[in-house]
Amino acid sequence: MATIQDRISKIVSERLGVDESEVKREATFKDDLGADSLDVVELVMELEDEFDLEISDEDAEKIGTVGDVVDYIERHQ
Amino acid sequence: MKGQHALVTGGSRGIGKAICLELASQGVHVAVNYSGNKEKAEQVADECRTYGVEAMTIQANVADSASVQSMVKTVMGEFGAIEILVNNAGITRDTLIMRMKEEDFDAVIDTNLKGVFNCAKAVTRPMMKQRYGRIINISSVVGVLGNAGQANYVASKAGVIGLTKSLARELANRNIRANAVAPGFIQTEMTDKLPEDTKGELLKQIPLGELGKPEDVAKVVAFLASDAASYMTGQTLHVDGGMVMP
Repeated sequence: MATIQDRISKIVSERLGVDESEVKREATFKDDLGADSLDVVELVMELEDEFDLEISDEDAEKIGTVGDVVDYIERHQ
Repeated sequence: MKGQHALVTGGSRGIGKAICLELASQGVHVAVNYSGNKEKAEQVADECRTYGVEAMTIQANVADSASVQSMVKTVMGEFGAIEILVNNAGITRDTLIMRMKEEDFDAVIDTNLKGVFNCAKAVTRPMMKQRYGRIINISSVVGVLGNAGQANYVASKAGVIGLTKSLARELANRNIRANAVAPGFIQTEMTDKLPEDTKGELLKQIPLGELGKPEDVAKVVAFLASDAASYMTGQTLHVDGGMVMP
């Protein structure tokens, strides 16, 4: 079973068309990975499906970096 | 459009009914939303099925976001996709501003404008995933011209045009198009309520000299939903016998 980090990296790299090696903890979605705001909304939707959880709009707005997502999902699994 | 799935709000009568039937006649499966009249909605669904498509009815008050979310979930469960959303549900509470109660204003805005927001928001998720969607919002000629005695309705319908433009811009790069249709005076229960002298005055303002039929609007809605309109988004098409010439 892949780790949470691996699963997230895979989704992010597929969705944003970046290499998995670029999906580092400190990478920001918008500046480092080139996501627009709709990309982030879509990522959140896909993560909700992958991890079978619901991320509230308030929490989704706070997501800036890959690390934010990993931490959030680890906390809520 | 054959084989696609449409959700039409306020589909049990008037323009909404004509839209359901027009889409069905072009091979689109139709979910007929209604707020109160289940029997009429069932009749529309039955008539849709005579074209050999699937049809379902679904009750929801579009002004209520929870109700809308559950509607979209049910339709997605039944159809598996919603490619076309037609926001048609609308009400009137006509009176002069001096006499208009706050609740008259709110009720019309909640159904006609917030209802469009609620439904568009609810289908955005499946449409974004599909990378395909067509949203058609029904505005009105009076949303462009203004009309005495209809401040609430006019405000809601003008709002729909602005909302359509925002939807179009936000969702364009996900292959979701949003357009509006602004019907003029169309023969429906809504316009039957107008006094005869008002109708006479109205006819003088219509270059084509007669009220429109619900089918006239439905055909333009179907055009916007089809790939014939694939390079159009954010537009308002006027189906009003020439009342507005923008």
